[in-house]
Amino acid sequence: MATAEKTTALEDDRPYRRRGHLSRAFSRLIRKKIAAVCMVILGLVYFGGVFAPWVAPHDYRNQDLSAIRKPPNVVTDQGITGFWSKSHFAGTDLKGRDMFTRVLYGVQNTVILTLVSMLTGGLVIGVTLGLVSGYFGGKIDAAIMRVGEVFASFPDILLVIILAATLRERVRGWVIWLEENTFLDGLLTLGVTDYLVVSLALVSFGWIGMARLVRGQILYLKEALHVEAARAIGASTPRMLFVHLLPNAISPIVVTVSMSMGSMVGVEIILSWLGIGIQPPRPSLGTMLYEGASISALRNFPWLLLAPGAAAWVMVLSWNLLGDALNDVLNPRTR
Amino acid sequence: MWKYIARRVLWLPVLLLAVSFVTFALGHYGPGDPVAVMMGARYDPDSAATKNLRRELGLDRPFHVQYVDYVSHFVRGDFGSSLSLHRGQPVRELIIKKMWVSAQLAFAAMLISLAGGLPLGFFIAHRQGRWHDPTTVTITLVLMSVPVMVSVPAMTWLMCLKLSWVSCSGWGGLFDLRIIVPAITMGVPGIAGLTRLMRASTLDVMGQDFIRTAQAKGLGALTIDSRHVLRNAIIPIITVLAFSLAGLIGGAFITETLMGIPGVGRLAVDAIFARDFPIIMAITLIGASAFVLANLLADLAYAVVDPRIRYS
Repeated sequence: MATAEKTTALEDDRPYRRRGHLSRAFSRLIRKKIAAVCMVILGLVYFGGVFAPWVAPHDYRNQDLSAIRKPPNVVTDQGITGFWSKSHFAGTDLKGRDMFTRVLYGVQNTVILTLVSMLTGGLVIGVTLGLVSGYFGGKIDAAIMRVGEVFASFPDILLVIILAATLRERVRGWVIWLEENTFLDGLLTLGVTDYLVVSLALVSFGWIGMARLVRGQILYLKEALHVEAARAIGASTPRMLFVHLLPNAISPIVVTVSMSMGSMVGVEIILSWLGIGIQPPRPSLGTMLYEGASISALRNFPWLLLAPGAAAWVMVLSWNLLGDALNDVLNPRTR
Repeated sequence: MWKYIARRVLWLPVLLLAVSFVTFALGHYGPGDPVAVMMGARYDPDSAATKNLRRELGLDRPFHVQYVDYVSHFVRGDFGSSLSLHRGQPVRELIIKKMWVSAQLAFAAMLISLAGGLPLGFFIAHRQGRWHDPTTVTITLVLMSVPVMVSVPAMTWLMCLKLSWVSCSGWGGLFDLRIIVPAITMGVPGIAGLTRLMRASTLDVMGQDFIRTAQAKGLGALTIDSRHVLRNAIIPIITVLAFSLAGLIGGAFITETLMGIPGVGRLAVDAIFARDFPIIMAITLIGASAFVLANLLADLAYAVVDPRIRYS
């Protein structure tokens, strides 16, 4: 295809084509102060969470029986190592464990779970179903959208709660089967069951919104001239989907991902708050918030709520504000 | 138009049947045996008492028989009776009582959202492009982002422990001071969405020709705002209100559990842990019906108040 090569070469010569849509959007994004701050905060929180074992000053299981239910304190007279390893930046809990460390590990669970669920549920399943639904239309479209409607009709997050509550035993069975029949060992003790249960529950509600959004975009884009032209010269289906349709729908997808990450973080915390998410002794923000919310804890040890509450709030808030800024940058029509 | 309505109405029972099937299957094939929960320590899978109880409850029949039986009773308004949570009590009466509580709470929360969101949105639409606009949007987002599990204890700490204005938990109806904390924590997040919606809709109306005509006629700003802008800008809000109607019935899982409010949300959470399937089924189905009906009503209300909208 000599002509195709020629056109790309020509396009590359034009200076304004050198940078892609997303890269130009990104440079507009970091010029927004709030967005930049949110990205830095999310970066820090996610780094701290993912690398919790290296970042955390204590072990999340270690009990310091001489410092039970101590308010936050900072050791300043023992140099930098004493400052890091002796201080309890967020106080200690009822068992004498460092709250700052436990919050970091709790963030780790939330971060991994929400990222995995977003990638699989929102991006892979949601975008694929939306593409298929919008492009092929007809019976496939009707089937996918009707199934989505059933999932979306459950009041609030009741389906997620029911799923997480009923799936656990079955998933546990699968994990035990895996351990017995493959070379994989120690899955149960690693907490794989919890991870699978929560991800499955989150995925169940994460795909619908994305599928609907992508479908709407595709239906709209299908009428565009460049798509008609591509169809006229006989472009194959994958080429139509991945070269002509999907890249043009990328802006709303990016905005939706950022917006729904916030709610996904919220749902994950609700699940462990209800006791059907990450199980103790693994720390989770939900469990910590539950323990800190009793009246006696609020009255006597309010810092038990402060650290996990602040972490949860900062995560949800940063995703929401970032989504808002992205919306301004990527969908200029609504500005 | 009528064809569209008929299609939507005919689809409703199918949708609800699917929802009921999913819930029923999850309850049936999921772990947790209601008979075991009911018998507690005396549970022995092979004893005659266990078998009798199972037969009495009809839980020994095959899945499809149980399901068809449940649906046929549900359609006739018989939701069965509670298995373990409120043993023997008819689910219908139980849920109606709890729903009344949740509805009052949701109503109070909706009032707060409306009282905050509508004026704010209307105001910043008139200040488009100035600092009021992005600042207000950001502040409402900041408030919206506080998770309920954080905002409820934080508000309790402030209102009950620090200021001693209200007692910390419990329920006394719409005109009891204890409704303040749950109503605020449920209502404030709604302000963000309503502010945006009201802003967008006001801006839309302000750009219309008839507003320019009104200005050209020399009408005062106040008259234009109250007579022409506000009236038309409020129309899209109806859709949101319809959706909140569905929320009136669904209850709030976290807030009700934390504040000790005897509403549907708390009942649902308790029922899930007690494997009280009749209650779970009834709450899911009633909530889903309310949601799809509200959806339909919103679409229709939209077409009625705005004759430009036509469904086909």
